[in-house]
Amino acid sequence: MIRQKTASHSLELTKRRWAYTFLIVPILFYVVIRFYPTFYAFFLSTTDWDIVSKGKDFIGLENYRNLFSDALFWKTLGNTGKYVIYGLPVSLFLGFIIAYNIDRIRLGEGFFKAVYFIPYITSMVAVAWVWRWLYQPAPIGVFNKILMELGLPQQKFLFSQTQAIFSILATTIWADVGFQMIIFLAGIKGISTQYYEAAEIDGAGNWDQLRYVTLPLLKPTIVFLVVTGTIRYLRIFTQVLNMSYQGEGGPLNSTKPLVLYIYDTAFRSFDMGYASAMTVVLFLIILTITLIQLRVMKSEE
Amino acid sequence: MGFHDTFFKEEHMKKKGFATIVLLMLLMAGNAFLFAGGQQDVKSTAGDGKVTEIVYWQYYYETKKDLVDTLIRMFEAENPDIKVVHQTFPYEQYNTKVASSVPSGTGPNVINLFYGWLPTYIDSGYLQPLPQQTFSNERIESEFFPLVSAAKFEGSYYALPTAVRSLALFWNKDLFKEAGLDPEQPPKTVAEMIDFAKKLTKTDRTGNYLQVGMTLELRAQMHQWLREVLLRQMGGAPYSDDNRTVTYANKAGFDAFRFFTNLHLVEKVGMPNFMTDDVTAFKSGTMGMTVDGSFRLGTLDAVSTLNYGVAELPEMNGVKSNFASFWANGITSYTTGKQLEASVKFLEFLTSDTAMAMWLKQVGELPAKKDLAMKDEYRNDPKYGPFIRGLEYAVATKFIDENVQRKVWIDAWDEVVLNGISVEAAVNQAAKTEQKLLDNYYNK
Repeated sequence: MIRQKTASHSLELTKRRWAYTFLIVPILFYVVIRFYPTFYAFFLSTTDWDIVSKGKDFIGLENYRNLFSDALFWKTLGNTGKYVIYGLPVSLFLGFIIAYNIDRIRLGEGFFKAVYFIPYITSMVAVAWVWRWLYQPAPIGVFNKILMELGLPQQKFLFSQTQAIFSILATTIWADVGFQMIIFLAGIKGISTQYYEAAEIDGAGNWDQLRYVTLPLLKPTIVFLVVTGTIRYLRIFTQVLNMSYQGEGGPLNSTKPLVLYIYDTAFRSFDMGYASAMTVVLFLIILTITLIQLRVMKSEE
Repeated sequence: MGFHDTFFKEEHMKKKGFATIVLLMLLMAGNAFLFAGGQQDVKSTAGDGKVTEIVYWQYYYETKKDLVDTLIRMFEAENPDIKVVHQTFPYEQYNTKVASSVPSGTGPNVINLFYGWLPTYIDSGYLQPLPQQTFSNERIESEFFPLVSAAKFEGSYYALPTAVRSLALFWNKDLFKEAGLDPEQPPKTVAEMIDFAKKLTKTDRTGNYLQVGMTLELRAQMHQWLREVLLRQMGGAPYSDDNRTVTYANKAGFDAFRFFTNLHLVEKVGMPNFMTDDVTAFKSGTMGMTVDGSFRLGTLDAVSTLNYGVAELPEMNGVKSNFASFWANGITSYTTGKQLEASVKFLEFLTSDTAMAMWLKQVGELPAKKDLAMKDEYRNDPKYGPFIRGLEYAVATKFIDENVQRKVWIDAWDEVVLNGISVEAAVNQAAKTEQKLLDNYYNK
């Protein structure tokens, strides 16, 4: 009797120990490859380290002061803002519309889900290069060929200071919509049919059901998508590196996001201190926006 | 009693096993810390004092890797007391790889670097000056092409190339024939080149290019052509003699850049990014003429449908000019004693006539030594000849940061072509940006 009790007690204990062990390993790993470099970046941002020099000279806040007078920093920060402000709402809107309609059909649901989701799981580098070719001038660019056949003038797309950022955004949204759609769909499916039945009895039409049942109940889903989406668009990088010539973020830096500027500074010019300072600024921006979003969305509940 | 005993023992074992696993994991985590610190040590010392091992680094390029492997075998046969470990890295990450090996104080003994990167590595103390006993300045300056002075800093040479590259004009013979031009007569002057380019250009009704006459790719070699060729032909020079001052914000600079942008705006013989880039365009037979390096011969020869010729760059106002570049081998500063001796020997071998002759045949880059390159069999070679003759008057720009120095011209182009600002304003802006870079470097 006593023995049995001890046995079950120690079994519990062993189980718990194993659980902790499994949890500790990733944490150790994260501390080493994630947290330690993150905090190290704070330190580096106060130095003029250029990777090849032996010393890391402490220069206080000089990097941050230089940031203020660096026109390119503000330009790339502005571009990053544009990616979020134009890109995220459109991809959320499209993602929702698609999910909403897929939920209503019975035949071929799996097919449509797959078609919209495939771009998201395709490598961004491959997507970027295919689209880059689609945007080319007429002899090879499909879009311009179509325009010409319709008798319309060719567009510059990636070579234009005004069109380039939207051309890159179109590609990004095309790839991103699948993710939003799948999460929205899960959210919509999670709403109990009882609500709709009740709404129908009360005489609510399609629009009212959407407005008063679906959207309010999707709130947690929307919060999740807005927060993760904002972070994703703030860190936009791969598509710009691959779609602009030699990864310049051109023409004339019109598509260069902050992350690409950080990358150039760190790994092409080896100015690690300055790049770290920009990283810290971006980190603080992401942190602030995320906290505000969480707070706003929560307080509305 | 018996049962209790066994049970206790099992429990004890379990505990022990658990502790062992946790300990192992901690050890692994500790190792991860070590790796994060970049502590892998590739330097090896001569354990028994007999065989000295040295490490050589270059980027991965198949023909280069294979040839260096062969050269190492020959070198080791001559020097049985030396072993050379050859390591290559992908080209895209090579500079980052080298740079990140510097702070950890580990890496190769002899290293192959692009000459444009040398300032960074010399400044940081990564390379040591080549020993005067073996590589005296007099010897280098009498044997090598003058352009290797791009590896000379404060009176000392820090690196030497096996091979150098210069530019030449490539023309598509089939397109020449089609345009009614003599397929065996490349343009001799810049004026002739533009005349030919106009005949080689095809557009549709709305003016879109279907075929371009010549390359205008600043991102490829045309920024070199603009800086070291066209500007000099217009009577200017890109930099002061000490390289510290930008000297093109003047009439020669404005003329050169106006001439260049007008090729697109007025003469309409081409545009940047046609068919994405000039190599693709020339390979696919939609570009009449291009300017490129000898390293491109291999790529173009692989295209069986392409019938092309190579000529010296066209002259203008009686001025011939060319741009040369090279990858050079230097010795890292932590290499000392026996390893230094071995490294110097290896570097001598890499810069020997034997190595250079093999390099031309197998890699397609030109010998860095004058006497060898100027041999008739090389000088009059139909493909290599134009490049080698170009070396006689070529300049290797002393770049501080080639990416930035190229981008100032790309941005100047966009300002003029997309934004319609004046050539003068665009060139002045380019000069200002580039001067700031030079000041940052030289006044550090």
